[in-house]
Amino acid sequence: MIADTIILVCIAIGLVFNTLGVIGILRFPDVYTRLHAETKTTTFGTIFLSLAVIVYAISRLLSDGDAQFLTLSVHTFVALIALAFTNATGAHAIARAAHRSGQVPSPAVIDRYSEGDA
Amino acid sequence: MIPFIVTALAAFAIYLILTAGSGTVGLWSPFELGAGAVVSLLTAAISRNYFCGSRDYRMANPLRWLYCAVYIFVPFFLEMARANLDVAYRVITGRIRPGIVRVSPDLATDFGVLLLANSITLTPGTLTVGIDEATNDLYVHMIHIGLGKEKKEIFESGDLFTFFPLADWIRRIAE
Repeated sequence: MIADTIILVCIAIGLVFNTLGVIGILRFPDVYTRLHAETKTTTFGTIFLSLAVIVYAISRLLSDGDAQFLTLSVHTFVALIALAFTNATGAHAIARAAHRSGQVPSPAVIDRYSEGDA
Repeated sequence: MIPFIVTALAAFAIYLILTAGSGTVGLWSPFELGAGAVVSLLTAAISRNYFCGSRDYRMANPLRWLYCAVYIFVPFFLEMARANLDVAYRVITGRIRPGIVRVSPDLATDFGVLLLANSITLTPGTLTVGIDEATNDLYVHMIHIGLGKEKKEIFESGDLFTFFPLADWIRRIAE
């Protein structure tokens, strides 16, 4: 029963953050600020959704002793690592491509990247 | 020879993680152990020059990986949770003051810079846009810059985070 509660809490947190990410895409003004909401907040939400899967798998593993739940939890964890790394790299690639194609951050109080020689 | 061994061991470890729970020898079936050995030797023969391209074996030390795991689960996760709540607040209220600043983390190795850039990007509210390859300085887009702080020419990496000096942790992992 404790596991059920933890799973529900994790799913609730994950859904709240994913929803906030979607609202952020609609509310923020330019591509960079939208990337903040869209890639990072949804990664955090998805981490909690994956945690719910892992807790479920471990609780079934402890109660049934079925080895397939060990595989499920390990694979979810590997997917989590892959998601975190590719999400960060993808967000950086989109931001860099946007800047190189002339999308200046607007509004912005400062833009050292355009001032520099990079 | 050393690149071959390092690559084979890394590939075998990843194979074992992916097939955990398949049988009775430890957690693995005898068939999976044999198949893993063959596949990892093949992988090492093909890709040793990509995997160990820099001939720098300091990351082969398991202690560094243990330290890396601690780094991800304690300081980085707490920092990320705080930043997520901050961005959630800004999504709801719309109070933003964005801009791109120059950050000088003063890291020497490529792996360290990669780890810091990915940590910065994965923390909401900060996003690595570019890198100055000569000095390893990062150009970071921040969603909210404190009033007056944008006059600062170069930011310290500590200015980006609240609780932990993540750049110092990464220096201990990668250097």
